[in-house]
Amino acid sequence: MLTAASQARRQAEGQARGQTGIQARAGLRFRGAGRRFGTLAGLVGLCLLLWILTPHFLTVANALNVMEQTSINAIVAVGMTYVIVSGGIDLSVGSLLALSGVVLAEALKSGWPAPFAVAASFGVGAAAGLANGLGIALGRLPPFIMTLGMMSVARGAALLVTDGRPVSGFSSGFRSLATGHVLGVPSPIVFTLAIYAAAALVLSRTRFGRYVYGIGGNEEATRLSGVEVRFHKTIVYGVSGLTSAIAALLLTARLNSAQPIAGINYELDAIAATVIGGTSLTGGEGSLGGTIVGALIMGVLRNGLNLLGVSSFLQQLVIGAVIIAAVLVDLMLKEKRG
Amino acid sequence: MTHPATAPVLSMRGIRKAFPGVVALDGVDFTLRAGEVHVLLGENGAGKSTLMKILSGAYRRDAGEITVDGRPVSIGSPRDAQALGIATIYQELSLVPQLTVAENILLGHEPSRAGWIDRRRLEADARQSLRDAGLDIDPQRRVDRLGIAEQQMVEVAKALFRHARVIVMDEPTSALTVREIDRLFGVIRRVTAASVAVVYISHRMRELTEIGDRVTVLRDGRNVGTFTLSDVSTGDLVRLMANRDVRDHFPRRRGAIGEELLRIDHLCGPSGGPVVNDVSLVVRRGEIVGLAGLMGAGRTELARIIIGADPPSAGNVVLDGRPVPPSSPRRAIRAGIGFLPEDRKRHGLVMTLSVCENIGLPNLARWSRGGIVSRRAERAEADRWVGELRIKTPHAGERVVRLSGGTQQKVVLARSLAADAKLFVMDEPTRGVDVGAKVEIYELMNRLTDAGAGILMISSELPEVLGMSDRIYVMRRGRIEAEFDASAASEERVLQAALGLAC
Ligand SMILES: Nc1ncnc2c1ncn2[C@@H]1O[C@H](COP(=O)(O)OP(=O)(O)OP(=O)(O)O)[C@@H](O)[C@H]1O
Ligand SMILES: [Mg+2]
Repeated sequence: MLTAASQARRQAEGQARGQTGIQARAGLRFRGAGRRFGTLAGLVGLCLLLWILTPHFLTVANALNVMEQTSINAIVAVGMTYVIVSGGIDLSVGSLLALSGVVLAEALKSGWPAPFAVAASFGVGAAAGLANGLGIALGRLPPFIMTLGMMSVARGAALLVTDGRPVSGFSSGFRSLATGHVLGVPSPIVFTLAIYAAAALVLSRTRFGRYVYGIGGNEEATRLSGVEVRFHKTIVYGVSGLTSAIAALLLTARLNSAQPIAGINYELDAIAATVIGGTSLTGGEGSLGGTIVGALIMGVLRNGLNLLGVSSFLQQLVIGAVIIAAVLVDLMLKEKRG
Repeated sequence: MTHPATAPVLSMRGIRKAFPGVVALDGVDFTLRAGEVHVLLGENGAGKSTLMKILSGAYRRDAGEITVDGRPVSIGSPRDAQALGIATIYQELSLVPQLTVAENILLGHEPSRAGWIDRRRLEADARQSLRDAGLDIDPQRRVDRLGIAEQQMVEVAKALFRHARVIVMDEPTSALTVREIDRLFGVIRRVTAASVAVVYISHRMRELTEIGDRVTVLRDGRNVGTFTLSDVSTGDLVRLMANRDVRDHFPRRRGAIGEELLRIDHLCGPSGGPVVNDVSLVVRRGEIVGLAGLMGAGRTELARIIIGADPPSAGNVVLDGRPVPPSSPRRAIRAGIGFLPEDRKRHGLVMTLSVCENIGLPNLARWSRGGIVSRRAERAEADRWVGELRIKTPHAGERVVRLSGGTQQKVVLARSLAADAKLFVMDEPTRGVDVGAKVEIYELMNRLTDAGAGILMISSELPEVLGMSDRIYVMRRGRIEAEFDASAASEERVLQAALGLAC
């Protein structure tokens, strides 16, 4: 049965058809493309510079190497992008990575079949993330505080589970998750791209994704629009816990070892990749396309500085300066466009 | 209070300003004389606010020149404008809520002795400015304890303290009720008598002839005429700004009224600090029910309880015979209630999203399948509304931050009209919307009620309440003070009830 409103709407449709000359297409498709283009130009410029400075940079082997190195941070940054777009922050990603890594390792060590061990590890990561979300959405804790606490809790748990020692030595079948190739491409790269494709689709095409933007842009307006804000916020942090666990899987397989002290400072790299990619820390805007470019900028920079033989002390300094400069330029471009 | 002989204090010539995708101002000329109230008129998106933002240094012009007292000036920042004696009072007030009235008036100009603020002089100076504006407000009160109208007047006093010679008011009355508007007009008359020039922007045509001396009409970023207000009729002005004939002001078609749709029984709340006190009312199918009252009478609080934004402390809401679960906007929407919030910036729009996405936000459940948004459905709807309400945007994918104030209001409207609802709760639906578009909005309301929907309309504009409602409730201090049939209501009777003077 038609409701009153939909009848009225149908009636209105008839009268309004043909009056609408204005097209939405261009605007929707290119939303945020300007900003992303700036970041992309930065990445290309950086590559050109390194190509001139060192002959070792632009080789297929090195390119694959950079991407492989970047994959862990890039995957963690997926969850971070969700969280930041929703107007929050997640400081616990590094600790969650360590915790899900050791859960995975301990499960494998005690003879669980790999799929079960992986499921357990993902479950722990996601559950810890959901706990973050519940504390924030229901407990109304500031995200900074909740995830800061979780950062310590998860680290402590990882240390307790392993007694502070690394867990290593897995089957070659398991290790091939990170060391294998798909059509000649190292599997971590394939993983990363698949995760980005799926996560970007969810963020841009689903109701859930739209609500994440809405919550970050104006939480109260989104709530009044009938969106279950607390539920969606909780899920966002769950996603972040899950991507940390996925990163832990790749890291554990690559190193053939899980460390309870893994992932220290990973939250900073993930936040940096996200904001360099043009996601606003105030929430409501940003995209995964930007984040992957941001992660690559971080990776290329690190790789280039290594190739150039720059000391690790100086590297830290340069990377910090680049983060500040990138965000500054982004802000200036944004201001100019109004 | 016209001063035809006085030389212009300020003149703007050939002002141009373009934003990506729109030319907001296309060579506008504008002159302002000392002591006049100059009304700036135009449809939503015509460029009024942009012109004034150039004057106040918020935007930089692309071309054109500005002279003050015949001397060319360059206004590159709000500071420059202030130094030239130009003060702007935006609709969103810019006082610091935690500070006192006196501290706000003298902000940045605190008198000090050996580095310590001289509180006695601070208050004395503030009291002087308040007196200049003819105001009786305690300088020691905190600003967040004042009503919107009083805050606006504090802004006038602040401008006077800074020796403003030009005061720009961008839609100052859109949040005020009749009595407060009278007070504001009193203040305006007082400052213009002291040779201060006032630029006055409003969409309420009745006010213009009451307060204005001259009027400039903008259309699509061009000045299409400057007149002495006594020489032109309101009809001519409307035709000039819309560039077409605008029909009857309140085209209410009163059709058959059906059975009861919404029933509210002894509602009190919100539970934190009750404002609404034992309210009972009824809305029937096909009926527009107006809810009148003064600012703070509890109308918005009532609306928020009905739509589940705030929890009630007692009483219930029944829609179509079924109780609506309290304190959940989501369930209220499911039950068939559509909502249009009063404060579009805080409760309505997500500024970072596009027109299309904002219209979609409460309606996505219908425009998606399996959690995937149908962008085609969403875009088609958005395009239709953009056409129907003449939403002035380059395309439906434009972000709402970039739209003019009234255009943003149309987006909020489109969104609530698009809802698949049986009952619409609209809190100040036409705030800031231009005259021509109002008529179209009223027409859409007619269509909704023709199709059997009910509308509960809160409005501070009495002509709107009287012109569009079938029945009117008047609220006062959280209670229903009176109920009128459209035929029995008059502005006077409604106002008296709102003030508690009814017999
Ligand atoms: N910051 C901005 N970025 C892009 N476009 C803008 C910006 N500010 C204004 N515009 C555009 O400039 C035009 C004029 O807007 P303006 O706000 O001056 O209209 P207005 O006459 O004040 O309308 P209203 O009556 O709705 O307040 C509009 O088309 C608007 O979309
Ligand atoms: Mg405006």
